[in-house]
Amino acid sequence: MSNIPPAIEQPGHHAPGVTDSENSIEAKEVEGLSQGQIVRKRFFRHRGALIAMVALVFIIVLAFTSVGIKFGDVKSGGWWPYTWNIAVDIENAGRPTLSLFPFVIGNHPFGQDEVGRDIFAVVMRGTQQSLMIMVIVGAIATFIGTVIGAIAGYYRGWTDAVLMRFTDVIITIPVIVIGAVLGRRYGIQGAQVLAVILGLVLWTGLARLVRGEFLSLREREFVDAARVAGARDRRIIFRHILPNAIGVIIVNATLLMAAAILIETGLSFLGYGVQAPDTSLGKIISENQGAFSTRPWLFWWPGLFIIAIALCVNFIGDGLRDAFDPRQRRMPTDRALSRARFVGRNA
Amino acid sequence: MATFVVRRLIASLFILLAATYLMYILTALSGDPLEDLRTSTAPNKEQLIASRTALLHLDVPPYLRYFIWLFGVSKCFIGQCDLGVTVQNQPVNVLLAQAAGSTLQLVTLAALVAVILGIVVGITTALRQYSGYDYGVTFLSFLFFSLPIFWVAVLLKQYTAIGFNDFLYDPQIALWLIPILALLAGVIWMSILPGTGRRRLATFGIAAGVTAAVLVYMQLSNWFTYPHIGIVGIVLTSVGIALGVTAISTGLKRRRALYASLVVAGVGIAVYFPFMLWLSYYLNIGTFVLVAVITVVVSFAIGWFMGGDDRMPVARTAAITGFLVGGIIALDRYLSVWDDYAASDRIKGRPIATIGSATPGLEGSIWIHGIDTFAHLLLPTLALILISFATYTRYTRASLLEVMNQDYIRTARSKGLTERTVVVRHAFRNALIPIATIVAFDIGGIIGGAVITERVFGWVGMGQLFQNGLDHVDPNPVMAFFLVTGGLAILFNLLADLLYAGLDPRIRVS
Repeated sequence: MSNIPPAIEQPGHHAPGVTDSENSIEAKEVEGLSQGQIVRKRFFRHRGALIAMVALVFIIVLAFTSVGIKFGDVKSGGWWPYTWNIAVDIENAGRPTLSLFPFVIGNHPFGQDEVGRDIFAVVMRGTQQSLMIMVIVGAIATFIGTVIGAIAGYYRGWTDAVLMRFTDVIITIPVIVIGAVLGRRYGIQGAQVLAVILGLVLWTGLARLVRGEFLSLREREFVDAARVAGARDRRIIFRHILPNAIGVIIVNATLLMAAAILIETGLSFLGYGVQAPDTSLGKIISENQGAFSTRPWLFWWPGLFIIAIALCVNFIGDGLRDAFDPRQRRMPTDRALSRARFVGRNA
Repeated sequence: MATFVVRRLIASLFILLAATYLMYILTALSGDPLEDLRTSTAPNKEQLIASRTALLHLDVPPYLRYFIWLFGVSKCFIGQCDLGVTVQNQPVNVLLAQAAGSTLQLVTLAALVAVILGIVVGITTALRQYSGYDYGVTFLSFLFFSLPIFWVAVLLKQYTAIGFNDFLYDPQIALWLIPILALLAGVIWMSILPGTGRRRLATFGIAAGVTAAVLVYMQLSNWFTYPHIGIVGIVLTSVGIALGVTAISTGLKRRRALYASLVVAGVGIAVYFPFMLWLSYYLNIGTFVLVAVITVVVSFAIGWFMGGDDRMPVARTAAITGFLVGGIIALDRYLSVWDDYAASDRIKGRPIATIGSATPGLEGSIWIHGIDTFAHLLLPTLALILISFATYTRYTRASLLEVMNQDYIRTARSKGLTERTVVVRHAFRNALIPIATIVAFDIGGIIGGAVITERVFGWVGMGQLFQNGLDHVDPNPVMAFFLVTGGLAILFNLLADLLYAGLDPRIRVS
């Protein structure tokens, strides 16, 4: 390879312990691609993240099409014959009708509870709520964390001190504790309000990370160049520094969303989260704790969906980390290595 | 250094003050503390409302009521804490004193086990990067991250406790299970320990053989009904501990360290029978701690006198060995009362507890009570450590990998240092810095998890104090809970800062 991009040859890009042939694979892979394309390519190479993404999309589609959407006054029905809040006659003693060998879905694949509600519909409704809470929390917490971290890291001095001490104060209170205190008051107003509240307390970790990132990025040459060219602070923050910190932000936003779903279910379990008549995955488990020995399926299915969603989001986060952070890249396979050596020798 | 600590302490105190203020206001505003009285039909309703208002100073708005509470707390500095009273007019001081013990026990044990296990597994995965073991642990830690703690807790309660108790009723390991467990152990050890080809095969063979032998021995000697380690087991594990600790701490080439830790192990073996048959019957909690301290001090002294020119590392190695050997002997003493404990009329042959933090009305020596505490701690601790363990493993792995790629590691290797020195002295020390931050940061998460776990396992602890307080919109118990947790969080952050200063000389200078 004679036309290796010069960036690869700079010190600092040449990771210690990495041989030239490995570097040339890296160089060949990213040659002529934009940053977005490189990230996308690396992300799709992470098999776990890819599977997780397909699974998550499947869960989302399943949850929202099956029992339909109810958002305020807007309602739409789904293809599933039962709804999550209406009880029907109990069949098969409420046992799940789902079986793999032979494959049968049946009328109530996840079973029924003691009053006869279809658990599939209940779990789907809970999944909808948990997913929605996850997205809202992720959006709000990421926004607040990024803004506070960016301002603190960029302006330093007094601004930094005040904002970071404020962050320290919030961090001192365990999330589940402040979530419970706020959820007790606001949980009754619906899942959306609870999500907003959770978003307002979960931003602290991200703010610290973004601040650290900004502190180091603001000393780089391209920021000086922008300032010399007459860019205002706002432009430097949003157009120059933020795009360089986007990897850290996206990765931690996904991890935050995985944490949010667990915190919501935990709060609902304690009774400070989503309130009846609405439901969420944590609330289903909390309601049916006592019935474990008689109707374990009331307990299994919501739990499996919580784990599936959190696991998918965590894996996607890991894939994004690999994609954005070339230091943590995968080891090339033996085949790729030998091919690169071969190409290198013949160049 | 002193100014650094003092400055950090003062800053922490102000942060705690602000956090308590925030918590107090939020709790006081989280609902109506008089709700149950307003809707009641009692004839003396007005009088009840008036008396509760007077009791909890409800006529003072929350942002001023905080200072009444703060005044009571500030009396702690003159030794007369006053944390207020609950809605039921019980003093919170008394409630907190009852609750804090069991929760702190749970949290401390869970944090300790999670940190040690997490760091050890994290190091091994980093050193065996991209092996099957690494991928397996990575997947498991992602799974543990994603587990809702209450779900795990309920599952543990239903399956582990009941299943294991049923097993203990008739402890027979199925014959087909022994070869499977042995093969599994062989595969795990083979993937962790270094080497290639024949050496790995040997590791596999030895691990599988030892596992099978131990299982068969347990089966034949009715081990699960009368568990014990015995003098043979003590000799083997003590010598093993001496070798292992020396290998990690100073390297086996340091003969003085090896001999010192072997001498310590020998002393441990020599006092085994006197301890088991005589001394242990006269111990209470205070003297037990005293014996433990004496063990460590004596071991340290043995190392110190055998240390030669460079005493400190040898003494350290001997002290760690002494501590671990003492622990094994104490464990054997605990196990020796197991059958009495399991058969006692309070336990009725179902020793793994699912409810509470101690068996009420249990009588016996500290060994019986120790076993009882252990049986109650087992499941909640397991539930708590799973999640933190995953976090620590991932961070240790990432941090150690990052350090292992640095130039100074290559330099250390190229100047001919042994792999042990490179990993333990050069890499691990530096990798600890980010881990310290995570552990300090995570302590709040463990306490939050404890609130949920305590509820599932019916512990009367601080989680219950918090929940009862919050349900009654009663800030005093909630604040008592928060004083302990917030104080702990700040303490751990301070410890992390001190640890940085210890680990990284650059921080000490500035």
